[in-house]
Amino acid sequence: MPQTTKMITSRFDQPDSFTLSGYERTGGYRALRKALAMEPAAVIEEVKAATLLGRGGAGFPCGTKWGFLPPTVFPRYLVVNGDESEPGTYKDRLLMELDPHQLIEGVLICSWAIKAKQAFLYCRGEMALAQERLAQALNDAYAAGYIGKNIMGTGWDLDVVLHWGAGAYIVGEETALIESLEGNRGMPRLKPPFFPASKGLYMQPTVVNNVETLANLPWIVNNGASAFTAIGDPKAPGTRMFALSGHVNRPGVYEVDFGTTTFREMFEDPSLGGGIRNGGKVKAFIPGGASAPWFFEEHLDMALHPGPVGAAGSMLGSGAIVVFDETTDMVKAAWRIVKFFAKESCGKCSPCREGTNWLEKIYRRILDGHGRPEDIDLLMDVADNISPGLAWPPRQTTICPLGPSAASPIMSSVRRFRHEYEAYVNRGGGAT
Amino acid sequence: MSGEAVGAEAPKKTTLTVTVDGRAFEANPGELLIAAAERQGTYVPRFCWHPRMREVGMCRMCLIEVDGPRGPALLPACMLPVTEGMIVHTKSDTVKKAQDGVLEFLLINHPLDCPVCDKGGECPLQDQTLTFGPGETRFVEEKRHYEKPIAISELVYLDRERCILCDRCTRFSKEVAGDPLISFVSRGNLTEVNTFPEDPFSSYFSGNVVQICPVGALTAKPYRFAARPWDLDQVESTCTTCAVGCRVVMQSSGDRITRYQGVDSSAVNWGWLCDKGRFDFESTSAPDRLTHPQMRSAKGAALEKVTWYDAMSAAASALRGVSPERIGVLGGSRLTNEAAYAWAKLTKGVLRTDNVDAQMADGLSAEEWLGLPPATIDDLETASAVLVMAPDLKEQLPILFLRLRDAAVNHNVAVFELGPKATGISSIARHGLFHRPGEAAAAIRALLGAAAGTPLADHNIAGIEADALTAAGAALKAELGKGNGKFVVIFGRPNLAESAAATSEALAVLAARPETTFLPALRRSNLRGALELGLAPGVMPGRVSLADSRAWFAGRWPAMPEAKGKDTNAILHAAAHGEIDVVILLGCDPVADVPDHQVKEALAAIKTVIAVDTLPNATTPFADIVLPAAGYGEVNGTTTNLEGRVTRLAAKISAPGTARPDWMIAVELASHLGTEFGVESADQLTAEIGRTARSYLGLTVALASGDGVLMPLTQGADDDSAPAPPALLRLVPTTVTTAAPSPDAYSLRLVVSHVMYGHATMVAASASLAKLIVTTTLQLHPGEVERHALREGGLVKIVNQAGATVTLALRANPSVPRGTAFIAAGPEAAQLIENGAGVTKIRLEGAP
Repeated sequence: MPQTTKMITSRFDQPDSFTLSGYERTGGYRALRKALAMEPAAVIEEVKAATLLGRGGAGFPCGTKWGFLPPTVFPRYLVVNGDESEPGTYKDRLLMELDPHQLIEGVLICSWAIKAKQAFLYCRGEMALAQERLAQALNDAYAAGYIGKNIMGTGWDLDVVLHWGAGAYIVGEETALIESLEGNRGMPRLKPPFFPASKGLYMQPTVVNNVETLANLPWIVNNGASAFTAIGDPKAPGTRMFALSGHVNRPGVYEVDFGTTTFREMFEDPSLGGGIRNGGKVKAFIPGGASAPWFFEEHLDMALHPGPVGAAGSMLGSGAIVVFDETTDMVKAAWRIVKFFAKESCGKCSPCREGTNWLEKIYRRILDGHGRPEDIDLLMDVADNISPGLAWPPRQTTICPLGPSAASPIMSSVRRFRHEYEAYVNRGGGAT
Repeated sequence: MSGEAVGAEAPKKTTLTVTVDGRAFEANPGELLIAAAERQGTYVPRFCWHPRMREVGMCRMCLIEVDGPRGPALLPACMLPVTEGMIVHTKSDTVKKAQDGVLEFLLINHPLDCPVCDKGGECPLQDQTLTFGPGETRFVEEKRHYEKPIAISELVYLDRERCILCDRCTRFSKEVAGDPLISFVSRGNLTEVNTFPEDPFSSYFSGNVVQICPVGALTAKPYRFAARPWDLDQVESTCTTCAVGCRVVMQSSGDRITRYQGVDSSAVNWGWLCDKGRFDFESTSAPDRLTHPQMRSAKGAALEKVTWYDAMSAAASALRGVSPERIGVLGGSRLTNEAAYAWAKLTKGVLRTDNVDAQMADGLSAEEWLGLPPATIDDLETASAVLVMAPDLKEQLPILFLRLRDAAVNHNVAVFELGPKATGISSIARHGLFHRPGEAAAAIRALLGAAAGTPLADHNIAGIEADALTAAGAALKAELGKGNGKFVVIFGRPNLAESAAATSEALAVLAARPETTFLPALRRSNLRGALELGLAPGVMPGRVSLADSRAWFAGRWPAMPEAKGKDTNAILHAAAHGEIDVVILLGCDPVADVPDHQVKEALAAIKTVIAVDTLPNATTPFADIVLPAAGYGEVNGTTTNLEGRVTRLAAKISAPGTARPDWMIAVELASHLGTEFGVESADQLTAEIGRTARSYLGLTVALASGDGVLMPLTQGADDDSAPAPPALLRLVPTTVTTAAPSPDAYSLRLVVSHVMYGHATMVAASASLAKLIVTTTLQLHPGEVERHALREGGLVKIVNQAGATVTLALRANPSVPRGTAFIAAGPEAAQLIENGAGVTKIRLEGAP
């Protein structure tokens, strides 16, 4: 039985979880009061001690990230990345829809810690309910004096701006998100020189944190770093939300203790995935979002822990796990993911703009029965021209990792299931 | 010993050592690797990077490998500042594969229509594919298709299929020109460059995007299908459409100019050109070019072709025996330095008249400003503050506008604008002070007073709110306290419908402030050179006064004028009174250009009008003898830009018919009059200028090459040659105080100034530009339109105080202050202006 502590989803079953009264009744905004009584530097130290790894994809330690801000440059901003758009990822959406005040309290704690006077909440364009609830929650928090001028008599002011995206996956990339916030086309900036911590929003120092990351802050402030590190694995403490989808009986979002639960438990446990559909077997699974290289049955007993998952050549990324059972056509599965990246390429870098679309066209040709034997190596080589070496972590000929992301399903599926591709190009038809 | 040790210590290293492909060299801190490598002879291929624009790193063509702690990393050379000890590989297998890959990607959707593409033969995509790319494509799918091509403006076509989305054109429009009229549309693989619906790419700088496009996606209508690059022959020259003096490459095919391309002259244009300068080459092959001398048998008779000998003889006999004060010479800004000097020598040294003026009564007295402490265009970038008290720079000196815009936007230079109306620079100016026409001096006094902390006497000075003046003054003081404290004033006459006195007085107020430098906003091509070389009353070649230079010229020239002569206004005034017998027009059109409504009467009263020109104009009907001149691109020589930079002009094509260089006409006319100049080429004249003209002493053709040389030149000025060269002119601050005319609630004060596509002979003679000529309108503030109960678009009768009337369509324009009316310079406006009046007041009558 896997360990599942309800840390950030504790209010999800409560009917009024998204209201200010519901939040305050269950201990809401107590952490803020406590944080405001601390020195900002002490809050940063507490978060550093908690080893809160970023929950957005890269898994960078949150407190360390805050520490990168140049100490004397103001104004500085907090930007909340709520543009969760990776296929199969829908955990942040629930946090915004069901417990918006928890996120806002996290925003307040972080802003206090980094001495920001303005925060921007970037919510994915398609998430209408999340936007509505966040807007209401912000209004209520302003009215209650949690946000605004002279917050709780500290003399500290904070404004939180809610911004809606316009439907581009790429603005989940932090520099593209900043461009979009500034009113420009959502296109990534090159790092260096545009590391947000030094040259971020409006070229000022900026912290960009994921929704789930910030939602952890009230709990950490309330309970202390040591209580946090006592949960989960010491190197990946706390809990983590995973969005499980694909061929399992119980797809859904599950909060589990970080770094201890295994993939097999995630798929099989009756309180989690509840088994593979129709009693089938796992053929492959994506451990951390569409851009992650695939895992197979030999990885099932690995813990959901960034260390071993990374060492095995993939990542936990955005926390989206997609399961393929044995009936899955792996060429079609890879094509579907490549098609997503081709459609979502922002168009800035030539290799991604042209390459992902070329790859998608090759796939479509293969699936339509017009594949040539040389197309399999062509797929790999075109992918290699976007992500040289086809290795993990990926190298890239592009500015951001979107282009190389399209290489993951190709290299995973061609390397493992080359025979399925060969069946297509040899018979001119489907694999099965 | 210890002293020696200190002396021997190596100076602190200010450069960084970088190794590219095994070769170490020194690079400058902040320099990008792509530029440093190129300087050292290693060309890293690129499409999106342009040295004059912000780097974006998006084409990925310049990927190179840099050694790092975790092995070599693939990075774009265009976004990589050099660091000490950096080791770079540009030819490794990984780099080669990345380059192959990027080129293959760029080509998969690029049509291979090179044989019919204007860019073929000079196409970076073609060239770099040949050098760095794969031999074949593996793409077998169908390419992207778009409608081919679409006109995004009157001058530019866009072929989206060929576009590789490098962001150069869009960046140029947004960042350099400040006209964000083209933009990326849609996303990913479907991204295209396009205009906004109903909003064409009507930028004054649109031709630049054609030049910097690395493929054939953007083409210019005037060059489309005109020539193949390998058929073009080219030479470097200087654009003389206005006085900025942009460096260009002039390209021709079959003795016809086919195209100009901007040359990156770091002192002047950075590679940019305005559309007027870029495309008015069409006028060199205009069908109505003057090709043969013509004469009238009598006043009122038609012009008839004659031989050069007959025309010259007639001109000489008209001039022979005429008293010098009854001769006038107008114009000369179109001339090369050499021609201006030759004509000055003929008129002042042979004809002994000082009634010579290159300005068309639309400038300031040359004697007053030639001696002001000079500023250069480059100074704008480093100045602490810039005051613009000039006509609309965007309309009249577009590339100077780009340089000022760069200074303001990228170097944070504080720009203060002071004038009778908002202009193209208002958007980049920190403070805009718009005064009533005729009251510039009062406004300047109030601004400087406010900067000095003097409380303002009134709540409204010269039509400007005291609060605005106080704020601007405080800002000016603050800005001048920062940096080097340099204060650059760009000056000119922002309003042709008021006398120059108000501007002169404002200039004198500013000149009294030490450490202020001045950049004249001269509009006409070589006006600076013409004035420096003596085509101005009271000025002799070399920026010296008639009075001071008698000894110097005594042994050099046959003669000199007795006394200071008249300026253009005075010459025309004298002509109207029958006091002028002969007028020589040197490439000028007083009927269109002199802002006065009595020019025609004056010209009609002159016995002989001799016009030397390339094209007929509004004044040609008054000319008795017309001498065809070789024009731009047809003559060698040098020119002087507004800041006093001397650069070379090159002849590329032959002049039409029997047209001759202006200098040759002067030399021959002198010969007909019995004086031999002994000059047979433009180069000999350049040498003579270098020996004779004080501000050009030591000038040689070699010195003027490339980016040219800034005046005043002083080489040889300290020679022991007797007599010593005369002193350069010094400013004589004008003491005239103009009385501010009282505001009159029932009238409007007129503002007249030139616009980009207004009345200009060369624009009208260039087919592509002629379409852009704007209809002259009366422009009023929307509030005035309402106050007068007028309708936008309706016709309005405009009446001046002398009763002259003009009827124009009405346009509402919020950049025109209330109480003021704006009309673009041209014959309509000239009808209303009374030269000599302080300001021109008009009243309106509704629909006629």
